[in-house]
Amino acid sequence: MDFLTEYKNALFLIAVLLAQAIALAVQVRSPVDASKPDGPSVRLIRMWAMTSVTPVERVTHAFGSGAGHAWSEYIDLRHVRQQNKDLQQQLARVRIDEAAMAEDALQGRRLQAMLGFKESYVGTTVAAQVIGTSGSEQSRVLTIDKGSRDGLRPDMAVITQDGIVGKLRDVFPATSEVLEINDQSSGAGVVLATTRIRAILRGTLAGRVQIGNLTADSRIQPGEQVLTSGGDQVYPRGLPVGVVESIAPDPDHQPYSAIRVHPAVDLDRVAEVLVITGTQSDLSQAAQQDMATAEVQHAADLSAARLPGIHDDANPAAAAGANGAAPATTPIAPVVPHPLPVLHPDRFTSGSTPPATEMTPGGANSVQNGQSAPSSTQPRPSQPGATK
Amino acid sequence: MMVTRSYMSRREVEQQSFSLSVTVLVPLGAVLLQVLLPRVFHGLAILDLPFIVTLFFAISRRSPIAGTVTGAAIGLLQDVLTGQPIGVNGMAKSVIGYAGASLGSRIDVDNTSTRALLAFGFSLLQSVLLYLIERRLLGIRAFHLMWLHELLRAAANTAVALPVCFLLDRTRHQE
Repeated sequence: MDFLTEYKNALFLIAVLLAQAIALAVQVRSPVDASKPDGPSVRLIRMWAMTSVTPVERVTHAFGSGAGHAWSEYIDLRHVRQQNKDLQQQLARVRIDEAAMAEDALQGRRLQAMLGFKESYVGTTVAAQVIGTSGSEQSRVLTIDKGSRDGLRPDMAVITQDGIVGKLRDVFPATSEVLEINDQSSGAGVVLATTRIRAILRGTLAGRVQIGNLTADSRIQPGEQVLTSGGDQVYPRGLPVGVVESIAPDPDHQPYSAIRVHPAVDLDRVAEVLVITGTQSDLSQAAQQDMATAEVQHAADLSAARLPGIHDDANPAAAAGANGAAPATTPIAPVVPHPLPVLHPDRFTSGSTPPATEMTPGGANSVQNGQSAPSSTQPRPSQPGATK
Repeated sequence: MMVTRSYMSRREVEQQSFSLSVTVLVPLGAVLLQVLLPRVFHGLAILDLPFIVTLFFAISRRSPIAGTVTGAAIGLLQDVLTGQPIGVNGMAKSVIGYAGASLGSRIDVDNTSTRALLAFGFSLLQSVLLYLIERRLLGIRAFHLMWLHELLRAAANTAVALPVCFLLDRTRHQE
C-alpha cells in the first residue's frame, strides 16, 4: 500500500501510456478494407472531432477569403488592364499550341485504338476549398469543405489545374481529409514521361516527394516530367505529378536510388482543389467534338499534302486554300508521260490495233511488219486506274 | 518507531489552479490555432502550440497526475485531427506533462530563463519521444530524426512559449 502511495504518480503515468500503447496496437493492425484506414470506433472519434472543429474552420476561412476577396477585387486593381492584354496574347499563343497538340492527341488515340487500350479520362469533378490542415509536420493532411453529401468517397483523387494533390483519406458528411502526396504514408503509381519507366512515388517525413523503387539508371535525368501511370486505380493516367529534381543513392534502401521529385502543385499553398468523382472510358462530348474537328482538318491536310496534282479546275483558289498555300496565279498543267517511240512496231505496239468497228471477221487485221503505226508517237492519254 | 519526514518545498505547496473555462478553452484554442495557422503560412507548422500549453499547465499546477491527464487529453485531441494513429501525440505529451509537473515542483519555473530552458529542453524531449514511438512502436523505418530541424523547432517553440506563458500567467488563481 505504501508502494502505491509513494509511486502513485509514476504508476498513473505508466497506466496512461499502457492504455494508449494498446490503443495504438489495435489501430495499426492491417485494415481489412484498404479504403477504410481506420476502424469504426476510431473513425467515429475522428468524425466527432472534425464535426466540432469544422464550424470554426469554416468561419475562419470565410472571414479570410472575404477579406482577401475585398482586397483583390476592389482595392488591389493596379496593372489589371496590362495583365488582361498579356493574358489575351497568351491565350492566342495557347490556341496555336493547342492545335498542334490536338494533332498529336489524334495520333495517340489512333494508336491506342489499334492496341485496344482502354483509358480512363476525368469525367466528373467536385470543386472544394481547403479550410484546414493537420497542423503537424508529421502528417500532411488537408481538410476540405465537401464530404459524402457532395458525392465524395475515400480514395478519390484530388487535383488542381497544375497536377495531383493527393487522395481522400477520411470522408465525413460535410468535410473530408485529403492525404497529400508528400505525406509519409502516401503513394502513387507514376511513369517518367521521356523514358516511360514506371515507378512508385512516396512522400517522406520531411514533406518531400520521391521515387525510391528504381535502381540507378543513366537515362533518368533531372528535369524529366513525372506523370501518373493510372496503375494505382486512384489517379487517372497522364496527370502531371512534377519533375525530377535530383537523383542520389538511397542510403536506407541500397541498391535503389532516391529520385526526388519537385511537385507540380505547391502543396503548401493549396487553396482550391478538384475532387475527381468519376472517370469515363471515352472523352466528354465537347472534347469529342474538338477531336472530330481536328480529325477532319487532319484528313484534309493529309489529302492536300499527298496529292498535289489533283485540284479543282473550276475553283483553283479553293484547291489552293485547302493546301494552306496562297492561290496560284497560273494553272498548273497536268503532267502526261510521253513514251519513247518504238523502233520496230509490231501488232502488239500500242495504237497499232484498229478499232473494233473497222475489223472484219476472218480478215487480216494485223499491221504489216515494218509499217509504222500512225499513233505510235501520239499515245493516248493515260487512264486513271490503268495497269502498267 | 521511526517517523518518516517528507520535505515539501514552498513551490510544491503553491499549486496554482485555473478556472474551468481556462482549463478547457485554452487547450482547445491551441489545438484549433495549430490546425488553422499553417493554412495561412505553412512555415508555422514548425510550431507546436499544444505542446506549449501542455508544458505551461504542467509546470503551473505542479501535479504529475494532472500534468499527465492534461498532456494525454491535448495530445489525443491533436491526434484525432491529424491522419496519424490516435495515441502518438497523446503518449508523448503525457510524458511531457508528467515530467514538466515533476520538475516544476522542484525548481523556480516563474523565472523567464528557466522557462526558456524548460521549453527548449522539453521540445527536444518530445521530438525524441515521437521518434521512439514512430520508429520503435509503430515500426515506421523511414522515420528519421533531423536534428537541425528539431533544434529549429525547439527554438521556435521557446520563442513563442515565453509570451504565451506570460499571457497565461494572468489567468491563474493563487491558492
